[in-house]
Amino acid sequence: MEAIKIHKGTTLPLMNNNIDTDQIIPKQFLKNILKVGYGNHLFHDWRFLDNGSPNPKFILNRPEYKDATILITGDNFGCGSSREHAAWALKDWGFKIIIAGSYSDIFFMNCTKNGILPIVLPQIAREKFAQLASNDEITVSLLHQKVICHDRIYSFDIDPTWKQKFIDGIDDIELTLKQEHKIQSFEKSIPIFE
Amino acid sequence: MGRTLFDKLWEKHVVSGKNGEPQLIYVDLHLVHEVTSPQAFEGLRTNQRAVRRPNRTFATMDHNVPTKDIFNIKDQISRKQIETLQENCKEFGIRLADMGNENQGIVHIIGPQLGLTQPGQVVVCGDSHTATHGAFGSIAFGIGTSEVEHVLATQTIWQLKPKTMGIHLHGNLQTGVAAKDIIMALIAQNGVDFGTGYAIEFYGDIIEQLSMENRMTICNMAIEGGAKMGMVKPDQTTFEYLKYREYAPKNIEKAIEYWKQFFTDNISDYDTIIEFDVSSLAPYVSWGTNPSMAVPINGILPKISNINIQLAYDYMGLKPAIKATEIPIQWIFIGSCTNGRLSDIKEAAKIMNGKHIAKSVTAWIVPGSRTIKHEAEKLGLDKIFKDAGCEWRDPGCSACLAMNPDKIPAGIHCASTTNRNFEGRQGKDARTHLASPAMVAAAAIHGHFIDIRQKEVI
Ligand code: SF4
Repeated sequence: MEAIKIHKGTTLPLMNNNIDTDQIIPKQFLKNILKVGYGNHLFHDWRFLDNGSPNPKFILNRPEYKDATILITGDNFGCGSSREHAAWALKDWGFKIIIAGSYSDIFFMNCTKNGILPIVLPQIAREKFAQLASNDEITVSLLHQKVICHDRIYSFDIDPTWKQKFIDGIDDIELTLKQEHKIQSFEKSIPIFE
Repeated sequence: MGRTLFDKLWEKHVVSGKNGEPQLIYVDLHLVHEVTSPQAFEGLRTNQRAVRRPNRTFATMDHNVPTKDIFNIKDQISRKQIETLQENCKEFGIRLADMGNENQGIVHIIGPQLGLTQPGQVVVCGDSHTATHGAFGSIAFGIGTSEVEHVLATQTIWQLKPKTMGIHLHGNLQTGVAAKDIIMALIAQNGVDFGTGYAIEFYGDIIEQLSMENRMTICNMAIEGGAKMGMVKPDQTTFEYLKYREYAPKNIEKAIEYWKQFFTDNISDYDTIIEFDVSSLAPYVSWGTNPSMAVPINGILPKISNINIQLAYDYMGLKPAIKATEIPIQWIFIGSCTNGRLSDIKEAAKIMNGKHIAKSVTAWIVPGSRTIKHEAEKLGLDKIFKDAGCEWRDPGCSACLAMNPDKIPAGIHCASTTNRNFEGRQGKDARTHLASPAMVAAAAIHGHFIDIRQKEVI
């Protein structure tokens, strides 16, 4: 997993509430057995017209937003299906940070596993970011838990353990296997009713 | 101060970590299906890791299965996913209810049916409707593919303990009102994210009277209210359901003694409580593009008060102020992990018995597992459906998510016993209306929704 400490980038606003993972990556793209290549299908049904050509009105298709790395969005982002493909698609497209009003619990966990930093900020802040020009950069400092936009600084909360994981970019499984003795002794205590 | 059912379950499973920080939780049962597992197995292979506890892992294929002719998978990529699961199970020594096997079916249906799901467990699966298994008094939740890999390798998972919410269901349920209506109404009234960050326990007289099947329907949709986990305290109904099931403990009396410790001490132990009197509850139908966009059958569609509602109307081709009974229905789907169990199929058959569906309607009945299919056939239910003009299909997720050939055509209004009415969920531009099995069956006969509480209309 790629480590994140400080990130500077431009934003792309998609302000609807309750954007579900079916929308982020429709099911026809879940059939792959790889973790990469989903960016082309990100928000597919909104992004492409019935004849398969890009919908010029959809913000992701506008050339000035193609380098955005910070997604600004509404409440309950990533609700619905547990498909990690949603996180893979956002990452594959190039998003590194999401700033939403809230997240579904499963999607949040999927972000933590893929080095996408899910930040929660109130609507007031998000509306301000949504008005930024496409080439206007903001800075996210995970170290200081702050988003800096021109003269404004917004603080955000994050669980210290998740924070450390983003900063170190370490593999969870490796970490857990270090606790092997604890898992083993736990297993001895499980009641079995044969 | 006492502890909630959830607290007790959680404490029994902490392997390491302090309160208030992410903790390492032991997983008793890991269910696996073909869509969210290939990358996890690939990860194991790359890192030369084994599956830690194959005997705590059980796999089946459901999402991709074509339910018209399961052995004829035309879609090459679907076939690849199914074959990949077969190969992975073989390589890693995991039990698999394979294509055509008597135990094959929707993962959340077969877990309980086989007695794999038991009280006191932590159950995970790479699927958000894993909440279903909480009906047995277990912590059950959906996980992503990286977490699937983590559980395969370590039999544990890192989790931050959620808060607890008690939902008190009381009153008297009217005839014609189903478990599905309870959970749909809760979501309609509280929104699609009221449960985010919470483990929900459903309790009260109503829950105690409900069958395991109905409890599963309610827990299944906890996730549509944002809660990763929904649960019910294990009781006599739970224990009776589990007796004699294939993978239930052999020494069940001893197990029951153990399971009886899992209940909430005092209602004041919950962080939040929702009181819900079901007495005046009517059957619910959804009109929009998320499960909270639903109204009672005697209600009318809401006015446009925000952009989300406007977008939903645009997609659904409906407008404000029409009656719920005026929503036209051209297709119906009975099945899924929400309402694809034998009791659901019986409810629908009761309505369809001796009737015929409207000319303009196509109807698919998809049992949740092969066992359910065979049990229904023994009861002659397949004949009732076929005589009524419905298609009786093989088990699988089918048009619940339309990842297989089972798709609802664009623009068609489909009354569906499933759990998600998201845009495109049942097929590109398909228009889903969620409702209970009896409501969906009645809609098939009439070509629009009706209030099944009024006997004379059926
Ligand atoms: S039936 Fe539907 S909701 Fe249930 S597991 Fe299958 S696709 Fe998911």
